[in-house]
Amino acid sequence: MPTDQIVQYCLSGITVGSIYAIVAIGFNIIYNTTGVINFAQGEFVVLGAMTSISLAARMPLAIAVALAALITALIGALVELLFIRPAKQPTVLRLIIITIGVSILLRETALHVWDEKVHALPFFTGTEVSSVTLLGAHVSPQVLWVLGACALIVAGLSLFFKFTLPGRAMRACAANRTAAQLCGIKVRWMVTASFMLSAGVGALAGCVISPVTQTQYDMGAPLAIKGFTVAILGGLGNSIAAVAAGLLLGLLEAFSISLFPLAYQDVIAIVVLLAVLCFRPSGLFGRRDAHAFGEF
Amino acid sequence: MKCIQWVGVAALASVVGGAWAAAESAGAASGPIKVGCIFSVTGPASNLGAPEKKTAEMLVEKINAAGGVLGRKIQLIVKDSEGTPEKAISFAHQLIDEDGVLAIIGPSTSGESLAIKNICQENKTILLSCAAAEKITDPVAPYVFKVAPKDACAARWIFQTMKELGIRRIGVLASNDGFGLAGKEQLVKYAPQDHIEIAASEVYDKATTDLTGALNKIKGQNVQAVVNWSTVPAQALVAKNMKQLDFDVPLFQSHGFANIKYVQAGGAAANGTIFPAGRMLIADLLPDGHPQKKVLMEYKKEYEARYHEDTSTFGGHAYDALTILAEAVRKAGSADPEKVRDAIESLQGVVGTAGVFNFSKTDHNGIGMTAFEMLTVKDGKFAFYKRN
Repeated sequence: MPTDQIVQYCLSGITVGSIYAIVAIGFNIIYNTTGVINFAQGEFVVLGAMTSISLAARMPLAIAVALAALITALIGALVELLFIRPAKQPTVLRLIIITIGVSILLRETALHVWDEKVHALPFFTGTEVSSVTLLGAHVSPQVLWVLGACALIVAGLSLFFKFTLPGRAMRACAANRTAAQLCGIKVRWMVTASFMLSAGVGALAGCVISPVTQTQYDMGAPLAIKGFTVAILGGLGNSIAAVAAGLLLGLLEAFSISLFPLAYQDVIAIVVLLAVLCFRPSGLFGRRDAHAFGEF
Repeated sequence: MKCIQWVGVAALASVVGGAWAAAESAGAASGPIKVGCIFSVTGPASNLGAPEKKTAEMLVEKINAAGGVLGRKIQLIVKDSEGTPEKAISFAHQLIDEDGVLAIIGPSTSGESLAIKNICQENKTILLSCAAAEKITDPVAPYVFKVAPKDACAARWIFQTMKELGIRRIGVLASNDGFGLAGKEQLVKYAPQDHIEIAASEVYDKATTDLTGALNKIKGQNVQAVVNWSTVPAQALVAKNMKQLDFDVPLFQSHGFANIKYVQAGGAAANGTIFPAGRMLIADLLPDGHPQKKVLMEYKKEYEARYHEDTSTFGGHAYDALTILAEAVRKAGSADPEKVRDAIESLQGVVGTAGVFNFSKTDHNGIGMTAFEMLTVKDGKFAFYKRN
């Protein structure tokens, strides 16, 4: 295989992989504070993209994206306040089923608010025909935006969780809920905050990928499955591992195309998911004794 | 159970409608003529189903306002299959068993149409499919018709154009659904006779969001053109991804591209795409004497005034199916399924949006190569394709 083609597969894998990683990070944020997998994560991505598309018609792109992230974060808070918090006997399984219900609700709402058509944000720089050359391979300038946004989100979240008080409080909830409560941390509100953060991150991801992937009301579910695979692959709750796992899966998928028919691409992701669940349920980068899956 | 119901209906008819029964040979037939519709109004094939539903509703309103057919109103029962064959099957059973419809219009996609072909045939319910695949009417099933032009004709138009351009080696992309796979089959079948080599072919999921990998693989095969065969949003994606990969060969699409939404979704990347399509898209460019001009312009005007969106060939399929059905009921002079079926087979010269339909016992599609024109996209608009 010529090198420029190898580079092309790499770039395509890294792009797709970083999209998976951002979705996986969304899963992790909520998992860390609640122990729950939020299956409505993919819908947050769609809502963010759709909202920004509607807003972009009326205001500059940057403001539209920021507002869309904010609005989606508020929707995330509403989801928590309306559906998660009032749940009686909030067992993990029950909450997960609630999130599946929420995902269907959000998807159908998106269908009615927008429509069944494909929408896309305008390209942040250039247009749909622009192409930049990197080491002999060609990519859309938007791909650089996707990679940049992914890096920024990961860096921003790491700093937030390490150095800010709310970030530390959220980590405390993850480590030991009872102890966190005893220290005066309002665990309930931390859960709400985690839904907001996760929805906001998902929305940002939705905005940056929209020009290249296009957005349709029902694209959330397939994205959530890939994001979930990556979260499991990396080890639930570990965001840096999610990035590594995302890139790994993205590259695996991209190079699988060179050997197998494209139709088998999704099979690869599912086989990886099953293999990890069977042989290393704590993930590639998780410690075996970690609390991953402790509550299942 | 069914027997008892029928006895009941017959008894009722003989008491209440004794006078009508004499006039109407079918006996219990009076009231509105029920017509079922199975369209993928939402889901991945919503670009087909949504305009079909809107068109059917608009046309039925118009027919009823003009007094209906044979003095009877048409009652439309629309079901949204979301593009899934499973739902299409259960709706077909529902429409036949519970609603007792005369005919089913749709489904929108080939996979769904093939899934309910036998159900309609076995229950002697007329099916007027709006999908393209060859197999819907080949082999011919007496009760199954289709109004969308054949895939084979589209494939042959594409190859003919390629021959004119001196293209010999191509890559093929198709969506992993009924339409894509059926189209790919036709391309593979007709390529040898036009001396065209398919160097690489890939099938993608209908909900795909990235095709750079597959296109990169095709690019590595040094092809002179790419053909993409699908009806899903990925059509715009193929155009965009090719430009982004700096993959500079002509892009041919199937007649599934015949919807201005894909051109809008593709933006500047859609310019230059070459594809076969019906005349709906270029109705205003047709010469005044063209037999379809009047029908097309009238439909376009009414649809656009009512729904504030552009017409597509797919909405046109629903228009044609209903027109043909109404025409056949008029010709048969009754809404008896067997008589209407016979009448459709004998219809000649019905002007529809897709072409002029001439049905026969062996041709349940009624239109051939003449249904298509080669079109291209110029500055975000459809235009006749002409060689430079």
